[in-house]
Amino acid sequence: MHIERLVKMANDIGDFFKAEPNREDAVRGITHHIQRFWDPRMREQILEYLRQDGSDLDEVVREALRLLTAPEPRSAV
Amino acid sequence: MQSITDRDLGTPPSAATEKVTLQIDGFTVTVPQGTTVMRAAATIGIGVPKLCATDMLEAFGSCRLCLVEIEGMRGYPASCTTPVAEGMKVTTQNQKLGDLRRGVMELYISDHPLDCFTCPANGHCELQDMAGVVGLREVRYGYDGANHVHAETRDGAANPMFAAKDETNPYFTFDPASCIVCSRCVRACDEVQGTFALTIQGRGFESKVSPSQNQSFMESECVSCGACVQSCPTAALSEKSLIEMGQADHSIITTCAYCGVGCSFKAEMKGAQVMRMVPNKDGHANHGHSCVKGRFAFGYATHPDRITKPMIRARISDPWREVSWEEAIAHVAGEIKRIQATYGAGSVGGITSSRCTNEETYLVQKLVRAAFGNNNVDTCARVCHSPTGYGLKQTLGESAGTQTFDSVEKADVVMVIGANPTDGHPVFASRMKQRLREGTKLIVADPRTIELVRAPHIAADYHLKLKPGTNVALITALAHVIVTEGLCREDFVEARCDVNSYRKWKAFVAEQRHSPEATEAVTGVPAELVRGAARLYATGGNAAIYYGLGVTEHSQGSTAVIGIANLAMCTGNVGREGVGVNPLRGQNNVQGSCDMGSFPHEFPGYRHVADQATRALFERAWGVTLESEPGLRIPNMFEAALDGSFKGLYVQGEDIAQSDPDTQHVTAALEAMECVVVQELFLSETAKFAHVFLPGSSFLEKNGTFTNSERRVSPVRRVMPPLAGKEDWEVTVMLSNALGYRMDYTHPSQIMDEIAALTPTFKGVSFAKLEDLGSVQWPCNDSHPQGTPTMHVEEFVRGKGRFLLTEYVQSHERTNSRFPLILTTGRILSQYNVGAQTRRTSNSMWHPEDRLEIHPHDAEVRGILDGDWAGIESRAGETVLRATLTERVQPGVVYTTFHFPESGANVITTDNSDWATNCPEYKVTAVQVTRVSQPSEWQQRHREFSDRQMHLLEQRNAVSG
Repeated sequence: MHIERLVKMANDIGDFFKAEPNREDAVRGITHHIQRFWDPRMREQILEYLRQDGSDLDEVVREALRLLTAPEPRSAV
Repeated sequence: MQSITDRDLGTPPSAATEKVTLQIDGFTVTVPQGTTVMRAAATIGIGVPKLCATDMLEAFGSCRLCLVEIEGMRGYPASCTTPVAEGMKVTTQNQKLGDLRRGVMELYISDHPLDCFTCPANGHCELQDMAGVVGLREVRYGYDGANHVHAETRDGAANPMFAAKDETNPYFTFDPASCIVCSRCVRACDEVQGTFALTIQGRGFESKVSPSQNQSFMESECVSCGACVQSCPTAALSEKSLIEMGQADHSIITTCAYCGVGCSFKAEMKGAQVMRMVPNKDGHANHGHSCVKGRFAFGYATHPDRITKPMIRARISDPWREVSWEEAIAHVAGEIKRIQATYGAGSVGGITSSRCTNEETYLVQKLVRAAFGNNNVDTCARVCHSPTGYGLKQTLGESAGTQTFDSVEKADVVMVIGANPTDGHPVFASRMKQRLREGTKLIVADPRTIELVRAPHIAADYHLKLKPGTNVALITALAHVIVTEGLCREDFVEARCDVNSYRKWKAFVAEQRHSPEATEAVTGVPAELVRGAARLYATGGNAAIYYGLGVTEHSQGSTAVIGIANLAMCTGNVGREGVGVNPLRGQNNVQGSCDMGSFPHEFPGYRHVADQATRALFERAWGVTLESEPGLRIPNMFEAALDGSFKGLYVQGEDIAQSDPDTQHVTAALEAMECVVVQELFLSETAKFAHVFLPGSSFLEKNGTFTNSERRVSPVRRVMPPLAGKEDWEVTVMLSNALGYRMDYTHPSQIMDEIAALTPTFKGVSFAKLEDLGSVQWPCNDSHPQGTPTMHVEEFVRGKGRFLLTEYVQSHERTNSRFPLILTTGRILSQYNVGAQTRRTSNSMWHPEDRLEIHPHDAEVRGILDGDWAGIESRAGETVLRATLTERVQPGVVYTTFHFPESGANVITTDNSDWATNCPEYKVTAVQVTRVSQPSEWQQRHREFSDRQMHLLEQRNAVSG
């Protein structure tokens, strides 16, 4: 997927949670949202981007992404 | 003509709880206070003769046929206008009454054609019935005097009273010669529909029904809802289908497949042919009313464009090959297995349809989760109301509206945000208008001057004409006024809501930067109007919010939904009749498709796939291991397709190539896939990119259920056999079995039983219960066996209502000197969504093309005149539409609909989307508009591509053997 698109989506999520005065809550909100709504391949891709560069991500989003838990390996069908 | 199975009690029911006992013809009867004598008699089987009375309309008392005698009262009062009284003694028939009635009938018949045998209403004509009932035996006046019946007088001169039949409307005719001027049509248009298109022109014997001011029906403001046709006691107003095909012999109750109102209809049938669709008076969503789509636009079901044989092809440039069902299904199963073996389990997915039944939707998501072994399933709700699901779940605890439609009857203030009910949800709009005419206050927040802002006998108290994309700023400003002026219902919040979240929210919205004065520059709405509207909403009594896609289809769609829930909670407007948060759903089964687990992160009943207990429940029931990670949403599927990781898609009844934003991006994604399977009625825009076409079945051809905007589960019944031989769910069953995952359903009721067993909110739903109750609103369970009309009554579904902060974030889609205007999109009454159904009916007479609405000022500086071709260019693409100059839109804003594929409205919309759900930002696109002389490059390419695809369809060869 286009990484610019994923970065934009992640920053948009960040924009919502940034209103939260307690930064820890904001970070947790972003992590939780991405964990619950993003397909693992999207999460892997943005984490890869974070490892490589990450400069286009908002600071609070970067912090949130670091808290993502890795998806479990796909069970065989 | 009424439904062939309707029994008319003469006047509407009384809502009073006090009872009155009286005697009618010696029988004792007890009825609610306020009931008329006519209705009271009808309840015990005594039918007082009547012509101008019908229980759909207020009593009028003009025909004088329903006269009765009442002990102690002088003369012969009309039973339709006389309310019952305690101890009343009524006589409905004696010599005198009989003579009076015969006298009245004699006058009627002296000015009525005597063509009963060849009349379309023959056998169901109320005038004919009454002539029989009263015992009319002669007409002493003769038929040659002044009359409206004959074009010429006996001496050959033109009859000045005569008016020719009006056949301008494609669905019904008006024949003044058969009219008895009972005013039922006029009153139906006023009271039921609320359009006020009809009137009685002239006085005395010259009185006649006139659409608008002596215009034809098509020239008048008539919206062709058909209420007048249904109310007509004679053949004066008759459906053309009735005239052409005759009357039905049986009637089957089913549910409309158009908008989210979900009207109940009687399909009036002869054999397997639909003669008429008549709205069901006992229908809980519509109470006997309908719109031009539901009542009349059903001809698409038997349109010659229907494809009724499965087809396959290797490449989309190949001609189609008709094959047997078996071969088609084996081919799809083979392709899906091949793709998964090559690219991985997650390389395929499915899209469920909000136009299909709950049972069908449930099966497709089950197929994806259990047979494909992933969670790549999504539904068209993604592109309309997914923010509703998210926002309401986060705040109130359930992804659904809180009320019934009937609730509006108890509202004192109605706030409509980003919805255009008179076009999008017409039957509910009529109900809302009834209430507004009774004096309920109205706030409209919309960038356009929608009809509700000023309609006959209705004027919005506040029209907050905001700039597109600023909903959140406006909603937060409303909250600011309510909080800072101390208008919150602290007692309600204290008892019902999460108080910490409330305090935090209160401090947030109270900040000066959220005040109407501070946000005026952003929203464009004068601060005083915002203040006035906020005060009215908070203090005007029962206040209800109705909202639509103008709220959800934004980059902050979910935030706006949350803001709406915040407003309702802080003012205590949740949990009883007359209030609430009411999303108006676009398609018939948007609510249902969401309920049925169509989202990639949720099982049926909105339970996350990561939730172990839920997953274990489904794993046990389905006998498979299920994926615990969310799958791809529709826009993510497109991205993944372009990326090479998503290769196969099963689409049931959705036209993503027309309805989804940024068309060129969507079609590129479809072209990048190796196997696109489309289950459809017609060769849709998406089907033109498909490798496999599986013929679908219309709502008339299958059994199942739909769930409307008020969580009402209603039965869909098969009235004719499926044209392609299979109901849609049967196809999914075949596919699943071919993939090696066993499905053994033989009837949709078994699927509903499985849904009920696995979904707590559906625990009490069954086909037997729907047969019994007609419809039921979920949650339907042990504590609410009859369903739940109003939600969150004692406590919120999530326990305590939660306030969330709603920071306004400007859209990425910004205007600049290159793209100075904002394009917003919407729909129109006569057409439905991508138009696949309505474009194949005469509804196109009202809307034959999508137009660009542009303010005269913006048009003038561009040299654009009304009707000129206007090129619309955005960052995503370019298209050309004809311009309509109108002040409905504000300067700086242009508007169009998206009902015709060649319009390419979605060629211009961008890939921006709601932060939480990826719901596309259809409502805000920065564009430039210029005067042009030819279609856009995309339109020319589209035409060539479509022509080629139609040619490949025509070339299909017949199945061998």
